[in-house]
Amino acid sequence: MAESNGTMRVEVVSPERVLFSGEGTQVITRTLEGGEVAFLPGHAAFLGALTENHTRIYLADGTIQNLAVHLGFVEVGADHVTILSDAAELEEDIDVAAVRAAKVRLEEQLRTEHSAEVEAELRRTHARIAATGGIESGH
Amino acid sequence: MAGGQERILRGRIKSVQATKKITRAMELIAASRIVKAQQRVVAAVPYSDMITEVVRDLSAAGAGSQSPLLAGRSEVKNVCYVVLSADRGLCGGYNAGVLRATEGEIKADALRGRNHTVVAIGRKAEGYFRFRGYNIGKSFAGFTDNPTYAIAKEIGEYVTGLYEAGEVDRVELVYTRFITAGSQEVVQRPLVPLDTEVVAGGDAKSEGGRDYEFEPSPETILETLLPRYVEARVYAALLNAAASEHAFRQRAMKSATDNAEELIKTLSRIMNRARQDSITTEIMEIVGGAEAMSAGN
Repeated sequence: MAESNGTMRVEVVSPERVLFSGEGTQVITRTLEGGEVAFLPGHAAFLGALTENHTRIYLADGTIQNLAVHLGFVEVGADHVTILSDAAELEEDIDVAAVRAAKVRLEEQLRTEHSAEVEAELRRTHARIAATGGIESGH
Repeated sequence: MAGGQERILRGRIKSVQATKKITRAMELIAASRIVKAQQRVVAAVPYSDMITEVVRDLSAAGAGSQSPLLAGRSEVKNVCYVVLSADRGLCGGYNAGVLRATEGEIKADALRGRNHTVVAIGRKAEGYFRFRGYNIGKSFAGFTDNPTYAIAKEIGEYVTGLYEAGEVDRVELVYTRFITAGSQEVVQRPLVPLDTEVVAGGDAKSEGGRDYEFEPSPETILETLLPRYVEARVYAALLNAAASEHAFRQRAMKSATDNAEELIKTLSRIMNRARQDSITTEIMEIVGGAEAMSAGN
């Protein structure tokens, strides 16, 4: 089993394609209603619903893959972590300037009216900024 | 005069040749798109497999959810048909296949005293059912040869909304399943309520008895998961339909091209015969004239 060498199979799957697939040593994500959770190889079977968040995958070669996951699910077994999300973006696919502009615009919008839609979009924006190395955390 | 006929034939041959060029181009385009569409079908498999597995694991863990999407209704009065057709024609029997299958089902339902609601995907389905006066709930069009997940989401949200509001008691998907480039079939699959057999498991793949930790509760997860599951099903159907559409179009355009070739051959033969005839007549006239002249001397 993969546990012996301290890695596990990490996959991020969107409906359209497999976004990311590789060997990792740790995955940190955030569940709905909960806080951040980290999974190491050998973790007990776990199933969770995710909120908009900045997910980090620590790869076997020491690098970290950052991504913004906007809702979805995580399924964990002893030797694998699978993230199912209908909207997830890898760090390198995010346009930082556009996201920062969107954040300003959305915050402006929220000052005048309260809509669940705008709030959700703002949460997604925060996740994107966090994933690209900005200071904003998930909330 | 024979020369007149020749000119008419030449014109017809030209027009058939022009048509042939168009159908050949469409054939090639469709053929190249099949490959791409097929890849998208394959690329969507991991997600739908995994989401199915998660749904199974959840219900195995006893998330006997009260979700309306799982609970069937004892009395089915109104059935919703989601019909996946093409936006354009020129694809042989592709549209006719799904439309006829759906119409047959609706008629059979009417005999059982059930009403219907049609959700038309693609312009062809919308036109067909609207013209015949069927009850159309909503129609979606303009993307059938290249569907995106966002559209599947929209359709999924709409039909689950209909179901939850009690306007329909069952939702069926009618689409053309893509098996290989050479064979596709029209299938009808129940969408909502979710197939209890799939959900209840009993599949060799799921390792029964795995104890999962859940966060948040299994019920909450299932509640957010089920709509995604419906969307994934719709998306898979859309991709299958798109691949099938291209396959049908390629076949239809291939036979149109072959037909045009055949027609050109026949027309050329008739034209050559007509040309020969007119030359023969001309020679006969000249010979006849010369004979008459020499006879006069």
